[in-house]
Amino acid sequence: MAERRGKAERAGTAGYWPLVLAPLAMLAVFYLYPLAQVVWLSFTVPQPGLANYALLFTNPAVQRILWTTSRICVVTTAITMALGYLVAYVILHVTRRTEAWMLFFVLLSFWISILVRAFAWVALLHSRGVVNTLLMDWHVIGQPLALVRNELGVVIGMVHYMIPYAVLPLYANMKGIDARLVPAARGLGASPATAFLRVYLPLSLPGIVGAGILVFIFSLGFYVTPAILGGGKTVMIAEYIALQVVETLQWGLGTMLATSLLVIIFLMLALMARFVNPRRMFGAA
Amino acid sequence: MRLRRDSLGFAAAACGAWIVLLYLVLPLLFVVPVSLTPQRYLSLPDRELSLRHYATLIDDPSWINSILHSAIVASSATLIAVLMGTLTAIGCWRIASRLSEVARIIMLAPMIVPPIVHALGFYRVWVRFGLIDTFPGLILAHGIKGMPFVLITVAAALANFDLRLEQAARNLGASLAQTVRLVLLPCILPGIATGAVFAFIISWDEIVVTLFITSRHVYTLPRKIWDGIADNINPSVAAVATIFILITLVLLALSFLLRREARVERSAA
Repeated sequence: MAERRGKAERAGTAGYWPLVLAPLAMLAVFYLYPLAQVVWLSFTVPQPGLANYALLFTNPAVQRILWTTSRICVVTTAITMALGYLVAYVILHVTRRTEAWMLFFVLLSFWISILVRAFAWVALLHSRGVVNTLLMDWHVIGQPLALVRNELGVVIGMVHYMIPYAVLPLYANMKGIDARLVPAARGLGASPATAFLRVYLPLSLPGIVGAGILVFIFSLGFYVTPAILGGGKTVMIAEYIALQVVETLQWGLGTMLATSLLVIIFLMLALMARFVNPRRMFGAA
Repeated sequence: MRLRRDSLGFAAAACGAWIVLLYLVLPLLFVVPVSLTPQRYLSLPDRELSLRHYATLIDDPSWINSILHSAIVASSATLIAVLMGTLTAIGCWRIASRLSEVARIIMLAPMIVPPIVHALGFYRVWVRFGLIDTFPGLILAHGIKGMPFVLITVAAALANFDLRLEQAARNLGASLAQTVRLVLLPCILPGIATGAVFAFIISWDEIVVTLFITSRHVYTLPRKIWDGIADNINPSVAAVATIFILITLVLLALSFLLRREARVERSAA
């Protein structure tokens, strides 16, 4: 409806611009300017030029962090999407009552504080934690297992945090798939597996790509969970950036990595926009 | 029509889904017994239960203080977020041109940019503005972080709003301000309320920016929890976590009940 308005009406909307421009001006001063500062510092500190960006290709410590971060993000996204897809699919195909309960558990996890969740995993997994105590009491293991302060702990915590972010968009996407198509394929002689793989899966592909990129983007910049569950041993890029700035005062290196992170994320969003309508992804329209 | 529910494959999938849901919820529930341990370190209570870690929360003024600070910051930040987000949503919805769409996407940036990146920016600029470790500084940063969520929920509410109502009000002689206040706002109030809840929780739970731009003067609850986890894991964090989990559980259950009631009412009408 909004698109079909005539010129005369559109002229009448000019009075609404201040509503947009006032918040935008505030955002420019208190948000975009700080971001611009980060980008600016990456090219000027400690001396002007691209020296900071050269570190991406020459510094082994930086490269190790990049490798660790990408590895953890890929593993986290793959596991999250597989589990998230399963949950979203099942939620859509059970009775209304069960659907409500399953959504309740997903949303419960979604709304609980990130710090509380990271803490719960530490309490559960550390060497004298719940899991190790129980396993040792039952004589399953003699020595406590190393479950946190390593990549395993980080992935367990990150997948746990990300699953609702995968389930909710996948669920919204699958809801739009015509429920008669799979029975139709079955009626035409396809096996359940064929009907799923050749009809349902391709139709849910935009949701998979959209949710997958969303989860991957969140994982890339994740700070809290890796910092707590990695315990300083498994360091991802966000924690590394913080260390550069707070501990060693290397603003050049820190802001360079921050800028690179920003560029990668916007490239991925552009990629996502090709597959799914971003307006639908973010809830408007 | 739904898939055949009785098929073996679906039963296996449903089993798998329930296991995933257990993985989501069960770890959180283990915090409850841990919070009741009589030990000074994180452990399961073996013989007796103790409320000593809850007593610490009440006796130690720094916990109460941090809750107070968080409440001040989160409610003020919500106000900023609601104001900025609602204005932008209304403006963009009414203008609906390519330019306003660009403005809308820019306004969503705080939701997409990784927290560590804008934390660096806030820190640099707040030092210059004299906002480091002040309430206005943290409130402003949190308000901006919450704004995109209000923008999204209000935009969604506006998508269901009949434009002719607004035109009728204008034709009947209402000014722009009157139209917005008397016609538009009441209709999109649910969207604003949802956005406000998001903005509040974003601030209430925010730690990364907080770590960078506050130190002693402003000391929020997440900061207190963070420090409690950082130095040799204080079990009173388990007590706080348990309270958090219970509050979330109650609020979510309430929202589910309310929504079901609304649905029942609608189908009855």
